[in-house]
Amino acid sequence: MPASDAGVRPATVLARGWGWRHAGRATPAVHGLDLDIEPGERVLLLGPSGAGKSTLLHALAGVLGDGVAGDGSEDDADETGVLHLDGGAPRGQRGRAGLMQQDPETQVVLSRLGDDVAFGAENLAVPRDEIWRRVHEALDDVGLAHLPLDHPTSALSGGQKQRLAMAGILAMRPGLILLDEPTANLDPAGVLEVRDAVGRCLDKTGATLVVVEHRVSVWKDLVDRIVVLRPGNAKDPAVLLDGPPDLVLEQARDMLTAAGVWVPGYVPATRARIAGDQAALENAAVDRADIGGPAQLLLAAEGLAVSRERPRRRGFKTIPPAPVQLGITAQVRAGQALTITGPNGAGKSTFALTLAGLLQPVEGHVSATLELSEGAGIDPFKWKAEQLIARIGTVFQEPEHQFVTGRVLDELMFGPRHLGHGGERVDELLERLRLTHLVEANPYTLSGGEKRRLSVATVLAAHPRVLVLDEPTFGQDATTWAELASFLSELLDAGTAVVSVTHDEEFTAVLGGSELRLGPASQSGTRQEAGAA
Amino acid sequence: MRNVLSIRGNEALLTRANPLAKFAAVVLITLVLALSIDWVSASTALLGELALFPLAGLSLRLLWQRGWPLIIAAALGGWSTSILSADSGRILLDAGIWSISEGSLQLGLGFMLRGLAIALPAILLMSCTDPTDLADALAQKAKLPHRFVLGTLAAMRLVGLMAEEWQTIGMARRARGVGSRGTPSQRFRAMLGQSFGLLVQAIRRASRLAVTMEARGFGGSERTWARESSYSLLDAWVLLGGVLLAGAAALAAQWAGTWNFVW
Repeated sequence: MPASDAGVRPATVLARGWGWRHAGRATPAVHGLDLDIEPGERVLLLGPSGAGKSTLLHALAGVLGDGVAGDGSEDDADETGVLHLDGGAPRGQRGRAGLMQQDPETQVVLSRLGDDVAFGAENLAVPRDEIWRRVHEALDDVGLAHLPLDHPTSALSGGQKQRLAMAGILAMRPGLILLDEPTANLDPAGVLEVRDAVGRCLDKTGATLVVVEHRVSVWKDLVDRIVVLRPGNAKDPAVLLDGPPDLVLEQARDMLTAAGVWVPGYVPATRARIAGDQAALENAAVDRADIGGPAQLLLAAEGLAVSRERPRRRGFKTIPPAPVQLGITAQVRAGQALTITGPNGAGKSTFALTLAGLLQPVEGHVSATLELSEGAGIDPFKWKAEQLIARIGTVFQEPEHQFVTGRVLDELMFGPRHLGHGGERVDELLERLRLTHLVEANPYTLSGGEKRRLSVATVLAAHPRVLVLDEPTFGQDATTWAELASFLSELLDAGTAVVSVTHDEEFTAVLGGSELRLGPASQSGTRQEAGAA
Repeated sequence: MRNVLSIRGNEALLTRANPLAKFAAVVLITLVLALSIDWVSASTALLGELALFPLAGLSLRLLWQRGWPLIIAAALGGWSTSILSADSGRILLDAGIWSISEGSLQLGLGFMLRGLAIALPAILLMSCTDPTDLADALAQKAKLPHRFVLGTLAAMRLVGLMAEEWQTIGMARRARGVGSRGTPSQRFRAMLGQSFGLLVQAIRRASRLAVTMEARGFGGSERTWARESSYSLLDAWVLLGGVLLAGAAALAAQWAGTWNFVW
């Protein structure tokens, strides 16, 4: 028997009345948790946001700060009850548990593939020969063995980065594997890639698993138990439901869907488009006749070659960047949806940002019709920022990138103030996107779904006629998803053009309209698209 | 930044030397050149360094591509020195308040060559040294604390990401109506806001990375090293090369009588 297999001893988890309050917070993130996880069990942890799922995972990984038991002052973190890993505090047991988080970029530590896998084993003072044996084995287990050990980690896709993180965890031979929304930032292909790699590793090592994830269907067949947590409050016990997947999903279906969990076989109800089919028919006619009709042409791209990189200077020469995608032609019409799809790194986001007047085309043109430009000129890239936001609004994948003030209300008033008109639409947006109770909050402190709704609202407050969205449904729970889809369908019916980059087929189905499918990145463009992976 | 100075694909001889040996040789040369402003020691060192280029996998073209700002800065420095320094000897060019004399031209030339001779070894070192190997050598051989060395190494990887993030935040803010064009003061304010956005993202990323590292057992007092940083015969040659180059520069200047000790 190889030494490596002997190394894995599945871990047990025991919680008795465990609770945790983060430093500076009034209410605990987790309260009164009683939980037993047997060696080798695989548990999916569900619950609404704010139920303390991540806090529990961090605690089991031993990376929560030191708790001061029973102190009671709000400045220190506060731990109550008992949380044991193999009968002892997780903090003192480095390497017994391995944790994978959501953002692939921060799961990579070193710049060469092999070194990154070796990092954890090195920290546990594993002898050198054994480290490299483990590195090769772990890379093989996650399906990355075809890459050389000095392969740059920056050149990996999001799914590959998460598999690399899994390899790094495996090389520590942990008895407990903790996954905190490991696939929330990945496209559908990446999700399956990571899920399958995790499954293979568990089958081989027999380690205990605790995974937190909104998309139940992805993990349902891999786990043998689902635990549902109640949102943190200081009275009721933290565990709401606990049992085999099918039973829990049946018992708690309504409650889970209400909490925004993606229960298998459930597509949340959305508002249907009124003008959808009719407009599509008219569009076909307009395309042939190329004039008139209610589907007014607003924006057109012709023979577009796109790249995120700016022209580079090499000595005295200026070299244009290598485009990721060439020869794109597309039209954006009032009241119609345009969906941009395609594999990872195909330059979808890059194209959308170019269309939105934020990147300069490498070749070809983006031109606004008079209907849209209203005298601002034909090229959106040359528009001033105030001219741009009143015509084309862009919602970025990461909402935080677009926050420019410290208060939700200021955030919404920012566009209208710059344009010199009042915030007559702001109240309506606040109401419609359920942000009214948050007007005084700091945008950075909102939950993921709230941040997404706010970022859409802030862009719409400037009344753009074209709305461009980059992966608007990534990592969103079912409730936010349905709200967003319904809201966009309303906008479309009201005459706004909606351009979205997305992998989400159900979302595309709700919006209707036409699809622009981009092929794999052009051979000359070697760089992977950042973020949109 | 990273792709410009990257050494990936470089298989030249000096990439196999221990980073510490290379570092020591570079420090030695720089130190000697810093002692005197004269064109003989600087040009001797410069010639020697150019001769070493192939060993580091560099060519003149690559050097120009990677180091052109430094080269232009050195040339400008030399030019302004020859214009502005006190005249001595025959006047070669006189344009009112600007004049170039034999003495000031010599000083300016010395200044430029010295700038180049000091900058080149650093470019040479970077183009044939992997940051990971340098960290290994610093922790294992120079016995610097590994928490510090590895923490810095991991943070450096984020710097490349931050460059991309800067561009994204710039676009995201334009999409909110914050213009990065306009008057200098508007641009300055836009840049401040963008810097703040970047700072927030940098702190978030850094704290997540710190959690990742801690969860991989980082921070204990004992650790092993998957890659052994070791010295070989090559490193003795590298050190010897550094000593010879520094020595040759100093001796040549002494012999030519141009050595002028700045203190």
